Amino acid sequence: MQKYSVFSLFKNALKGHKDWQVAWKDPNPKEEYDTVIIGGGGHGLATAYYLAKEHNITNVAIIEKGWIGGGNVGRNTTILRSNYMHDENGLFYEKGMELWRNMSQELNFNVMYSPRGIINLAHSDAQMNAYARRGNSMKLNGIDATLLGREEIKKLVPILDFSENVRFPIFGGLMQPSGGTARHDAVAWGYARQADSMGVDIIQHCEVTGFDVVNGKIKGIKTSRGNIKAKKVGLCVAGSTSILAEMLNMTLPLETHLLQACVSEPIKPILDHVVTFGAGHFYCSQSDKGEMVMGGDLDGYNSYAQRGNLPTLQHVLTEGIAMLPFLSKLKMLRTWGGIMDMSMDGSPIIDKTHIEGLYLNCGWCYGGFKATPVSGWTFAHTIAQDRPHDLNVGFNLNRFNTGHLIDEKGLGTKTWIS
Amino acid sequence: MLYIFCPHCGLRSQNEFSYGGDATVKRPALNKEVSDEQWNNFVYNRKSPRGKHVELWQHISGCRQWIKVQRDTVTHEIFKTVEANKEI
Ligand SMILES: Cc1cc2nc3c(=O)[nH]c(=O)nc-3n(C[C@H](O)[C@H](O)[C@H](O)COP(=O)(O)OP(=O)(O)OC[C@H]3O[C@@H](n4cnc5c(N)ncnc54)[C@H](O)[C@@H]3O)c2cc1C
Ligand SMILES: [Zn+2]
Repeated sequence: MQKYSVFSLFKNALKGHKDWQVAWKDPNPKEEYDTVIIGGGGHGLATAYYLAKEHNITNVAIIEKGWIGGGNVGRNTTILRSNYMHDENGLFYEKGMELWRNMSQELNFNVMYSPRGIINLAHSDAQMNAYARRGNSMKLNGIDATLLGREEIKKLVPILDFSENVRFPIFGGLMQPSGGTARHDAVAWGYARQADSMGVDIIQHCEVTGFDVVNGKIKGIKTSRGNIKAKKVGLCVAGSTSILAEMLNMTLPLETHLLQACVSEPIKPILDHVVTFGAGHFYCSQSDKGEMVMGGDLDGYNSYAQRGNLPTLQHVLTEGIAMLPFLSKLKMLRTWGGIMDMSMDGSPIIDKTHIEGLYLNCGWCYGGFKATPVSGWTFAHTIAQDRPHDLNVGFNLNRFNTGHLIDEKGLGTKTWIS
Repeated sequence: MLYIFCPHCGLRSQNEFSYGGDATVKRPALNKEVSDEQWNNFVYNRKSPRGKHVELWQHISGCRQWIKVQRDTVTHEIFKTVEANKEI
């Protein structure tokens, strides 16, 4: 594989950029693989990469119905954080933060990792107390957290609305200084390029339409490009999980819902951090191009539409204007939506299933981008060793049976009520 | 914007309603032994179909009644709405 560096860029520039190697090949599916990963999103690509790199399993195919990066990995607002209270979440996502720190070097691909800090605003004394508790829980798990007062926030983010006579005045906030953003497409491409170089077949425009299960054991998959035999199959299809589960006669603790995001026209640098509104659901950061990147609530009813509805966008942006009044002057460049695998306790599932050789990775809700590396890392372990890693034992499917839920937000099963 | 026909009030905008989820799940009968699996299915497991979905909505800013709506989860086309205690 050609290494990317400033020298290779210089050399290729002189040659008119005609000699770049393809970043990954476009093979036809083989008859059989040791492991097939369904879904060429961030999680599927990362899983294949870690299978090859950490477990020496390279006879692997990624089967993607569209093109890699066309799903949620290319549709999210790229926020990275590990500001969770429960141990299962905190320790898992913090391992993710560790993997993010070295990702550009490890993948030899600039993922534009930007640990700019994430600030969750508080708008009441009670919320400050809740954040103090959350911050302390984070610190117990070795995660960085800083409780900030109103004046400290004012210094960091002066553009916020600090007027006295507002409905939700800013009391302070909780900051995770190591939180931030990364370029989502680059993450997918970086993992794809490395996985390909280690022998993984990335098969695009190939839709999985069924499974071959004999005596409780997986034997292969059926696809729009023929049958493929496999000893092990891993599902990484995010918002499409329930559709594939139905083919397997499984009913899962999931519902698919729609989340929208939007970006404004580009403006000069004005927001250095990721900031979230605490009296509703709105978050904002500024991209390197200068666009304000914004998102918030789910549309709120089951949806596979991959595009959203205006009432939710209006509601979310009303909150945005309450937090950052200058937003009202900006023109919107683009809005889009993605379909989310909402789990019934808001936490993911990374587990084996009752079918031998079939593994499940789903339930990412609206927060699975930050999990990309650690999800791939733990899922590869789960598949290769046929047992979960310590970091994902808590994310088992059986927890809904036994009552060991990981309900970070205390929302119960209606996780789509945000 | 969805327009939902409330059987009590007529055609209204989605802004007047709040969503209540899958209307096909049934609570296990009372006064009977309920297995963990039955309870798990009732509380957590959902089919989440791509296509026709029968779901509950409450006309919260109108008559406040719960209604059942049959809607396509891809196109959002609404086929039928009835009172909550009726079958679709
Ligand atoms: C608007 C929006 C904002 C978000 N913001 C954030 C954020 O700020 N921070 C964060 O951490 N997370 C965020 N998320 C969530 C995050 O994007 C997802 O949780 C995560 O990307 C899901 O994992 P993935 O990348 O593997 O999914 P995807 O990229 O969706 O990958 C799944 C793939 O499976 C493929 N597939 C489906 N069915 C089949 C089939 N039958 N056969 C073959 N292939 C199939 C799909 O085509 C798709 O490419 C956001 C999501 C959205 C939509
Ligand atoms: Zn009504």
